[in-house]
Amino acid sequence: MKKLLAVLLASLLVLALGACSSGSDTASTDATSSSSDNVIRIGVYEPASGDNGAGGKQETLGIQYANSVAPTVEVGGTTYDVELVIVDNESSNDKGPTAAASLVSSGVSIALGSYGSGVSIAASDVFGNAGIPVIGVTCTNPQVTEGNSHYFRICFLDPFQGTVLANFAAENFQAKTAYSLAKLGDDYSVGLCNYFNQAFEALGGTVIYETFPEGNSDFTSYLTTAANSGADVFFAPVSTEAAALIINQAAGQGWSKPILAGDTWDSNVITSAATGTDVQIYVTTFFHEGDTSEKGTAFVTGFKEWLNANPNMLTNNGGNDMVSAVSAMGYDAYFTALEAIKNAGSPEPAAVMEALWDTTYDGVCGNIVFDDVNGDAVRDVAFVKQVNTESGNWDFIAIQGIS
Amino acid sequence: MNFMQANLPYLLAGISVGGQYALIAIGYTMVYGILRLINFAHGDVFMIAGLIMIYAAAAMPLYLAIPLVLIATVVIGFLIERVAYKPLRSAPRMSIMISAIGVSYLLQNLALYVTGGLSRMYPTIPFISDSVTIGSATTKMVTLITPVLTLILVVVLVLFIHKTKIGMAMRAVSKDFETSQLMGIKINSVISATFIIGSFLAAVGSMLYFTNYAGVTPTAGAMPGLKAFVAAVFGGIGSIPGAVIGAFIIGICENIIKGMGWTTFSDAFTFALLIVILIAKPTGLFGEKATDKV
Repeated sequence: MKKLLAVLLASLLVLALGACSSGSDTASTDATSSSSDNVIRIGVYEPASGDNGAGGKQETLGIQYANSVAPTVEVGGTTYDVELVIVDNESSNDKGPTAAASLVSSGVSIALGSYGSGVSIAASDVFGNAGIPVIGVTCTNPQVTEGNSHYFRICFLDPFQGTVLANFAAENFQAKTAYSLAKLGDDYSVGLCNYFNQAFEALGGTVIYETFPEGNSDFTSYLTTAANSGADVFFAPVSTEAAALIINQAAGQGWSKPILAGDTWDSNVITSAATGTDVQIYVTTFFHEGDTSEKGTAFVTGFKEWLNANPNMLTNNGGNDMVSAVSAMGYDAYFTALEAIKNAGSPEPAAVMEALWDTTYDGVCGNIVFDDVNGDAVRDVAFVKQVNTESGNWDFIAIQGIS
Repeated sequence: MNFMQANLPYLLAGISVGGQYALIAIGYTMVYGILRLINFAHGDVFMIAGLIMIYAAAAMPLYLAIPLVLIATVVIGFLIERVAYKPLRSAPRMSIMISAIGVSYLLQNLALYVTGGLSRMYPTIPFISDSVTIGSATTKMVTLITPVLTLILVVVLVLFIHKTKIGMAMRAVSKDFETSQLMGIKINSVISATFIIGSFLAAVGSMLYFTNYAGVTPTAGAMPGLKAFVAAVFGGIGSIPGAVIGAFIIGICENIIKGMGWTTFSDAFTFALLIVILIAKPTGLFGEKATDKV
């Protein structure tokens, strides 16, 4: 009898928990309208926690801002409300597919994301099997779109980015030796390091390549190895979390050579870690806040206003109103998705996927045209920015292509 | 000379990280010595101490924040024992271990909830964050302070255990739990004292560790906690000098391995070392002969 009671109590507890969690599920969608007939759902598959949480939140902010600018879309004479369904993939390749599956079951027409190539690759099949198209916003690893027809992408790719960085190192710093550091098992940093290494060696340089394991926070030994090897540049396209540690320890060890990284480092996590130190940091990225074009200025002003009007959003952006390139990319991705839905003439995922191939959009980060092979955007230049360690802002350095 | 110059930074990093592991490892080893419990939540207490420091330093000056962190961490350690372990004292040992794992995940997820999962920058503590140059190596002051502070704390702790009444009670309890209870030792206060000392050292360790490696995430305690646990087992769990020596060996070896260019294997090595030691000497370097099964 006692045992039966215990089992009953335990199952009651489980039920109560279940009720709580289903309550929070509905709360995480931005319910803008109560009518379900004229609603198009766009999935946002981004990390809000884990290694890439900071960047993922900023990318999501760009999408949310775009949604606030254009909350409706007209398709075939009917006005639909656009509702964002936001999930957290926790920057984890194991948890990503579950998050993706919850997007699929909530009936999204198209999904956007993710920040971080690893999670994008991990969830690709979930979207593919459900026939839902995805636009990769800033996942730069080639494998994301390779060999499938549902994953598209609006940013440049790592082979391009790695080559740009190698060129930049060789041209601007006359670097002969480079030290590159990746995180073990991380598709993004390992991939980008490989492309950088190949390009740098092709330019006649020498590369020392090392990796660090998950959960490592001691980078002093890596910096020492780099110093001992006489490296002219330190290339570390790792997550912002590890980046903050590297910058901090580089400053502590008096590292004076340039540190290069990819688009991931374009984040105010980096600027706040570097402010007040002597570390020189250069990154390649998609967009620069000081962009003076009409579109760029309009986006920057509007986005800042929106951030400052929403204290929660300001916190998600890292506590200040600096515009990150991933936010601009998120903004472009949202409008590209709307454009595709308009071209498709229906919110059906299959129709949207069909229409995406021919969709073009002139965004704040440049013109977006998809190629016919993998559905990658055609891009041939990247912005190079440097951290201003006094003001804590980004200084624009150059627009770098491949020579 | 050149060889020394090139390799000094690795050695310094190793000694300093070893000292920080040692401070955590003492908490594991003392709790094990007395309760025969592996307190899996200890690494997370270390992380929580880091988080408290971040929030405290934002709200008040450092000379108030530092004592507050020490006190708050001690209170948390004490409460964990009272709430999650004490009611299970007569339960099978497996239950209390599962309870420890539960506390560990609870702390991690609480931290995830509070911080939103993002890495927080640890505040700069003046003096110990300053850069110093030794020979060819530039490093932070904390690197030099850690081993010295660790050794001082260990000597004080050993004196405490051998010279005071409560220390004597601790030794008695670790020898024989039931008999010492029958002899009139207040078992609950001895256990609380153990957790208080362990948490205090973890809080000191977290200040030193996060000054060097400034990002605090909800899982920041997992890896140092695991390494410290390995150090405690390596030195012979239950033995305080063993834990300290084990921690220094692991810290130094880890960094030398990195210095040799085998960065990929630095963690694998730590755990391989554990296996080898346990095969050759199942009780660890300084372990007692008669062991209980956990």
